Amino acid sequence: MPSAGPRAGSRSFLSRLRDGDEIARLATLIFAASVVLLTILLVFELWQQSVLARHKFGFEFFGSSTWDPIAEHFGALAFIYGTIVTATVALLIAVPLGIGAAIFLAELAPARLSDTLEFFIDLLAAVPSVIYGLLGVFIVVPLMRRYVDPSLKSILGFVPLFQGPAYGLGFLTAGIVLAIMVIPYIISVSREVLLSVPRDQREAALALGATHWESTWKVVVPFARTGILGSVFLALARSLGETMAVAMVIGNNPKISASLFSAGYSIAAVIANELAEATSELHTQSLIELGLVLFLLTFVLNGLARILIVVTSQRGAGSVRA
Amino acid sequence: MKRIAGIALVLLGVTAVLWADALSINGAGATFPFPIYSKWFDEYHKKDAKLQINYQPIGSGGGIKQVTEGTVDFGGTDGPMNDEQIKAYEEKHKSSILHFPTVLGAVVPTYNIPGVDASLKFTPAALAGIFLGKVTKWNDPLIAGPNKGVNLPAEDIVVVHRADGSGTTYCWTDYLSKVSPEWKDKVGKGTSVSWPVGLGGKGSEGVTGTVKNTPNSITYVELIYAEANKIAYGEVQNADGIFVKASLGAVSAAAAGAAKDMPDDFRVSITNAPGKTSYPISTFTWLLIPEKFSDAAKRDALKGFVKWALGDGQNYAESLSYAKLPKEVVAKELKAINKIQ
Repeated sequence: MPSAGPRAGSRSFLSRLRDGDEIARLATLIFAASVVLLTILLVFELWQQSVLARHKFGFEFFGSSTWDPIAEHFGALAFIYGTIVTATVALLIAVPLGIGAAIFLAELAPARLSDTLEFFIDLLAAVPSVIYGLLGVFIVVPLMRRYVDPSLKSILGFVPLFQGPAYGLGFLTAGIVLAIMVIPYIISVSREVLLSVPRDQREAALALGATHWESTWKVVVPFARTGILGSVFLALARSLGETMAVAMVIGNNPKISASLFSAGYSIAAVIANELAEATSELHTQSLIELGLVLFLLTFVLNGLARILIVVTSQRGAGSVRA
Repeated sequence: MKRIAGIALVLLGVTAVLWADALSINGAGATFPFPIYSKWFDEYHKKDAKLQINYQPIGSGGGIKQVTEGTVDFGGTDGPMNDEQIKAYEEKHKSSILHFPTVLGAVVPTYNIPGVDASLKFTPAALAGIFLGKVTKWNDPLIAGPNKGVNLPAEDIVVVHRADGSGTTYCWTDYLSKVSPEWKDKVGKGTSVSWPVGLGGKGSEGVTGTVKNTPNSITYVELIYAEANKIAYGEVQNADGIFVKASLGAVSAAAAGAAKDMPDDFRVSITNAPGKTSYPISTFTWLLIPEKFSDAAKRDALKGFVKWALGDGQNYAESLSYAKLPKEVVAKELKAINKIQ
């Protein structure tokens, strides 16, 4: 099997054990298996702990947007909607900005500048999300209410996305704060990937008469595409699951609205807000079922994104798998 | 170097001796009374050095859950346990759980209307109307009526409420349920409810931050939070028709007004309490103590602590912005302590 070395088959198990090869193999196998085990355990626990809610609401849980802890009627639709909308807004902003910055740092900037900036980017990635939430509440929200929302409304007001009253809190603000949070991930990972593209690739392009930018855009970036998409997945997963910062700026109102200005709610935010004080069993279990839904959502979106990679990389296989 | 090691060894020995003799009692629950509870545990520890009481402020719901599970020795809650929860406890433990009011708090309406500095007067109908989304403009006759002379703008009201489950929301919605049949019918009372309108903020700091940033908005916070952060708040009309500004005296008065009809298990809401000086959006906060203890030392220590908290402990309340329990309630509770076995 590919996991063992080329000589593995020809030696006895005992000699391999003595060399430490087998021990290393077993140890790393256990580490790898523990990830799978943890995932299974997690799903099992969530499934187990939400039995009441699953039986009571069934598939209606996904179709209803009512969330009434007093009448004990729970539906996830508004939260699913909010989670997807905020993550989409975040990626729409963060992906072009992040990849653009990574290309500059890896290809165009002098090495010293690139390394200095990378230091700050890594710092940004380490800032706790509650700090981003505070930043959102005190800086982004007032800016949105005073300047961004009104100007968007006056320019693009004919689109339903930008209509209705704007208080500064809502889908758009949450998406922007999320974008600020995930950009460092995209830059950091993409820069590393771009830097690891072999020199030959660039030199070959330049030798064929390509300009610096042409070699970057047509050769280096496509070569690194898989890795760059990996950074986007990381950003997607982070925006789907972000709790604190979103809870602080999304407006926490379980409503489905076409307007990006209106207040919404996300799955992670409602769990964080209500779990501690959920007094009825059904309420607690519905929140846990929401956790299961978030898991499922992440799973499905990640799967879709991976299919996308396979499809696109087959089309451009020549340049990627050189 | 050797000396330091020696000192460390001696200290370790002393700690071990103290440890062996110490009694530790654990509690968890409401965050609202946490400042005074930690003060109490600290002061009581000075009196009885062997007793260490720990309290985790994880929220009322968590307190009820943990005491029911038996993972803590006592709980704390801002809303009394309902019959269902008590039944669940009794089924699990084959004995009951007792409520002991410790101090009082209040919830006040606070708002941000550019150009209005006056302290606004709110009728119950106005508050219910605003939070139901029926009263939508600040110059609505329901608000403007009792506020003659205040120049209220014709602007939309932005309602802000707590998004995280909290005892503050319980008290506020309990009050609205009492004064508005429509609220009771449509929304009800609880630590989290389905709000007809508004934006949700996380925590007291979240709602006040949103109100500060949003013109023409209104929300509710605990009196202690408003006082500590110097946030102006409005007056509310009480059951006797008088507009009262929340104060520690007005909150204690509400408790005294309700004391006459105090049930034996102390599970009582004192919102909209009678009395001319009563502030209508007031509430007790309770300790939840099991009726039966398997550990006699813990039982006696906890009984001693509750007696002290109801007596000398009350003197710490006002400096921390909590209202004291009225005498009638204390007398009744002292009798109830004997139920703990």
